[in-house]
Amino acid sequence: MPSNKSVSDAPIVQFTNCRILRDHRLQREDLWVREGKILNPEKLFFDEKGSADVQLDCKDSIIAPGFIDVQINGGFGVDFSLATDDFKLGIDLVSQKILSHGVTSFCPTLVTSPPSVYHQVLPQISVRNGGAHGAGILGAHLEGPFISKEKKGAHPEHCLRTFEAGAFQDLLAIYGTLDCVQIVTLAPEMRRSSEVIQELTKRGICVSLGHSVANLSQAEEAVQHGATFITHLFNAMLPFHHRDPGIVGLLTSDKIPAGRRVFYGMISDGIHTNPAALRIAHRAHPKGLVLVTDAMAGMGLAPGRHTLGQQVVEIDGLNTYIAGTKTLSGSVATMDTCVRHFQEATGCSVETALEAASLHPAQLLGIEHRKGTLKYDSDADFLMLNESLYVQATYIAGEEVWRQDVSGM
Amino acid sequence: MKLIILENYSQASEWAAKYIRNRIVQFGPGPGRFFTLGLPTGLPRDHPESYHSFMWNNFFKHVDISPENVHILDGNAPDLQAECDAFEEKIKAAGGIELFVGGIGPDGHIAFNEPGSSLVSRTRVKTLAMDTILANARFFDGDLSKVPTMALTVGVGTVMDAREVMILITGAHKAFALYKAIEDGVNHMWTVSAFQQHPNTVFVCDEDATLELKVKTVKYFKGLMLVHNKLVEPLYSMKEMGVERSQSKKPYSD
Repeated sequence: MPSNKSVSDAPIVQFTNCRILRDHRLQREDLWVREGKILNPEKLFFDEKGSADVQLDCKDSIIAPGFIDVQINGGFGVDFSLATDDFKLGIDLVSQKILSHGVTSFCPTLVTSPPSVYHQVLPQISVRNGGAHGAGILGAHLEGPFISKEKKGAHPEHCLRTFEAGAFQDLLAIYGTLDCVQIVTLAPEMRRSSEVIQELTKRGICVSLGHSVANLSQAEEAVQHGATFITHLFNAMLPFHHRDPGIVGLLTSDKIPAGRRVFYGMISDGIHTNPAALRIAHRAHPKGLVLVTDAMAGMGLAPGRHTLGQQVVEIDGLNTYIAGTKTLSGSVATMDTCVRHFQEATGCSVETALEAASLHPAQLLGIEHRKGTLKYDSDADFLMLNESLYVQATYIAGEEVWRQDVSGM
Repeated sequence: MKLIILENYSQASEWAAKYIRNRIVQFGPGPGRFFTLGLPTGLPRDHPESYHSFMWNNFFKHVDISPENVHILDGNAPDLQAECDAFEEKIKAAGGIELFVGGIGPDGHIAFNEPGSSLVSRTRVKTLAMDTILANARFFDGDLSKVPTMALTVGVGTVMDAREVMILITGAHKAFALYKAIEDGVNHMWTVSAFQQHPNTVFVCDEDATLELKVKTVKYFKGLMLVHNKLVEPLYSMKEMGVERSQSKKPYSD
């Protein structure tokens, strides 16, 4: 049908025969896209007297916003905490490969590393839009080195640091630059953490609490100073205790400033957290749950030994341990597996499972006006999934960037 | 008049939908040959519950109509009377309304032609009766002060010019209006009664809407359902249009 558009000549694509996730429900509606954004068809019809140039039959797929992974340390042999010569190629490879997992935006994560690594690697990470080349980069997630010795997990002890001498200036000296940094994980019980948290928050960086032995009051104080995230809940923090719930207590704390929400990352690969614990967290604070993969270099590769920053880790099935120990270190989970596992373990609705990987991370980073939803005028980053939540196709800015091979994997 | 009585709201809606579909298909619309469907006007443009949103969500987004072929009275036009006059011209230019589909209010009004509206009125600005304002309050969070008091509407005369008129009436609260419309005289206090003087009217209603009619009337028209159902069975489609067109004629006339 010829279209007569007064606003733009760009082609309009109408995705039909699908169910879209909008307003927290799966609705039988068409999805309209123009110039990389979700288009309002009613305005198009009445104001521009326009209509679709191309109509695509989605064969009853589910259309959901693209997944956003805010904690991923690498994959496919690439380790974001290693300052190699071909670092840029590595990040490009990972961003391209994770399209098949449904991830359209991510935060490359660096574990605790020596300052030289930060100084070499961070300038090579730039915030950029996704596309056929790969998922978009929202900014780096720096997990450490300002974390607790007792809860270092797989992080190398000799690289841990404090900022009690110069607070924010110390942090800046270690990292070198904060230009492309989106999230910083630190332990709030460290001296002068409040100043650091305030300074980071002022610069629009999301502060996350993790790898810490903080009690609930210290955690609450950190939230009052601006912290909004918890790194992989339950892992690398004090266990829940009924007289001092620790960081876990933030999920139901009544000291969260009005209008703010504390989000918490969960690695729902079935290994890092027992499904019962996952259910407890979900039921206590469903709107704060953010699915993350915490995937490391071995993700997507065969079992065996791989590096994670300064450490060597061993993959055995879905388990990843520091070589020779039983200390969990990152995961080999993919985002779509996490979404499916989360849905099965909690019995939640499909909408809830999808939002935990799209809407909630977008809300955490304050970008939900353009990512994480299928609202009109937001970026057209979306997925086509089948009934069992397997990704069939990935779209970024309205263009198909990955499609499941009909023949199989 | 044909009075079609179905058991309930869903069945009445379905019968009406099938009838309209068959009428459109049998008309054989095509380039330059438009089937002009007339519908009553409604709420102002800017409101989220606007008539535009209502029509988009309930009709336009489900069919392949070209936006250029949609003409909705614009309540925000600078010169309202000119907007109304232009609308009448557009109807003429489209070849007149082939089928007008509407409902009636509990006060027997068609479109916004409230009691006392001239039976030969044309498209114009109309002040709304309190009954109508109350009925529309549900679109404005129950706040009466927010409900518009004026609306643009097609006139009774405008609808009478249509080649066929279909009125949908469901629910017990419309029963008295239906009685006044078809069993009483033509009266400008019950503007729907004007269609007693139209050659081709179809009233589609449910059981509840017949509660104020004479048993004799209801039995008579129910008895005709076998014949009336031939208007919706078989259900034609545009693809079969070529074959059926040669055989299409109305099974009977009024």
